[in-house]
Amino acid sequence: MLKIKNINTYYGKLHALRNVSLHVNAGEIVALIGSNGAGKTTILNTVSAVTPPADGEIYFDGISISRLATDTIVKLGVSQVPEGRQIFKPLSVEDNLELGAYLRSEAGERKKDITKDKDAVYALFPRLGERRKQTSGTLSGGEQQMLAIGRALMAKPRLLLLDEPAMGLAPLLVQEIFRVIEELRRQQGTSILLVEQNARVALRVADRGYVLETGRVILEETASELLANRDVQRAYLGKDKKEIWER
Amino acid sequence: MELIEQLLQYTLSGLSTGAIYALIGLGFAIIYNSTSIINFAQGEFVMLGGMLTLFFHVTLGLYLPLAVVLAIAVATAVGALFERLAISPLKDAEPIILVIITIGGSILIRGVAMLLWGKDTHALPMFSGDEPIILLGAAIMPQNIWIFGVTLIIITANRLFFHHSMSGKAMRACSFNRVASRLVGIDVKRMILFSFAISSAMGAAAGIIIAPLTMTSYDVGVMLGLKGFCAAIIGGMSTGMGTVAGGLIVGVLESLGAGLISSGYKDAIAFIILLVILLIRPQGLFGKGEAERV
Repeated sequence: MLKIKNINTYYGKLHALRNVSLHVNAGEIVALIGSNGAGKTTILNTVSAVTPPADGEIYFDGISISRLATDTIVKLGVSQVPEGRQIFKPLSVEDNLELGAYLRSEAGERKKDITKDKDAVYALFPRLGERRKQTSGTLSGGEQQMLAIGRALMAKPRLLLLDEPAMGLAPLLVQEIFRVIEELRRQQGTSILLVEQNARVALRVADRGYVLETGRVILEETASELLANRDVQRAYLGKDKKEIWER
Repeated sequence: MELIEQLLQYTLSGLSTGAIYALIGLGFAIIYNSTSIINFAQGEFVMLGGMLTLFFHVTLGLYLPLAVVLAIAVATAVGALFERLAISPLKDAEPIILVIITIGGSILIRGVAMLLWGKDTHALPMFSGDEPIILLGAAIMPQNIWIFGVTLIIITANRLFFHHSMSGKAMRACSFNRVASRLVGIDVKRMILFSFAISSAMGAAAGIIIAPLTMTSYDVGVMLGLKGFCAAIIGGMSTGMGTVAGGLIVGVLESLGAGLISSGYKDAIAFIILLVILLIRPQGLFGKGEAERV
């Protein structure tokens, strides 16, 4: 479904991604793990054309999207939930969701269909439904994260790019967010590319994972293999050497 | 009794010029919110509104409502063209550079207007005669009623657009967070173009409704633009009621000052208010204070 081939991305002179290649199959949840500055967010932003690649190719459903503008990519079915939620705080919950369907209403889609999808988001996150008229800046961190995901879903994506959905959230909320992620895949077959600092949680829901270090992919395995991998355990799962060797 | 009637008179005429400042100020605020730049060419669209209506109505002899519509259309087109030619190509430039470009743009527009229509001051006929209406002892011109009515309609339309239409909400989203707006598929460049078009149209409308009262010439935009800027600063660059209140405050204080102290200080009063506000409350009377913006 998504195929990234040898991309290089720069921030000015900084070489942020070095010959990165990866893919996401249809209906798959793929996790990108790695420490701060490894290039995880940059990969998502490169796919969304926020920071377009200097070279290399990105294919979505066989179509090359590496030279397309962000709105075209969204229209094709790739939506991103950006790091730090980035909801439109001065606007109401409802307005945020409606703006998620901006391209659909631009394309003349009926309001009824968009309202139906809005209700589907409220069904997925009942707390948003209770607060639909509220200014979104007054929501709690967890609710804002739900809104950010809901907003991205309003574009009816077939591939969802999720950047740090668990960041700064209490464990219970993290569980709820990941329950929804699994539900999305199960019910709608949405493919998900997930960036997460919390590697343990991410690998638990993911099918496969890539480990990034300083802009390079250094490891690609199934999620269960990564969870069992000793280097991964030591570097990203917070287990010390003693724990690993005594097992 | 005499004094009360005078005060009422000054307040009424102040409110009417204040309404004009509010419209111009809203133009500043709309562009500022979508681009973080102060468009110092804003006043020139006010001038274009008046001068173009004069041209279409008096020179070409067109029916007044048609002349008004044409004048707004041409001024809006000039505003959109200005954005496409002078602002859009420099999308990564610092706001301060763009602000200086808008000053250049204003000099250019004023210069072209002077070449086309000369340096004379002209009067646009009143929309509904010049028989004053006596209201509680104060006289107001029918044109003042036009000003209140048109301003009210524009402000209401503005509010409906920004809070209830998809494009308006998208423009607000853009001004709050550009990257997130791009990620939901909003074409940020188009929204900036819209904001210039809307601001020019509002400025032109303000210029048209005030022209019968204050006369118009190629250089009226400078002072009106600066007064509108005062209104926007007092309102904390809000695209809503803050700026409207700012405009009315400037208009009323100016009119009271001119009437009670001396008409020579009329323009000074607006700038004294501006300086005081900038010194003690730079985020505006109603602004929430955004330290990191320009």
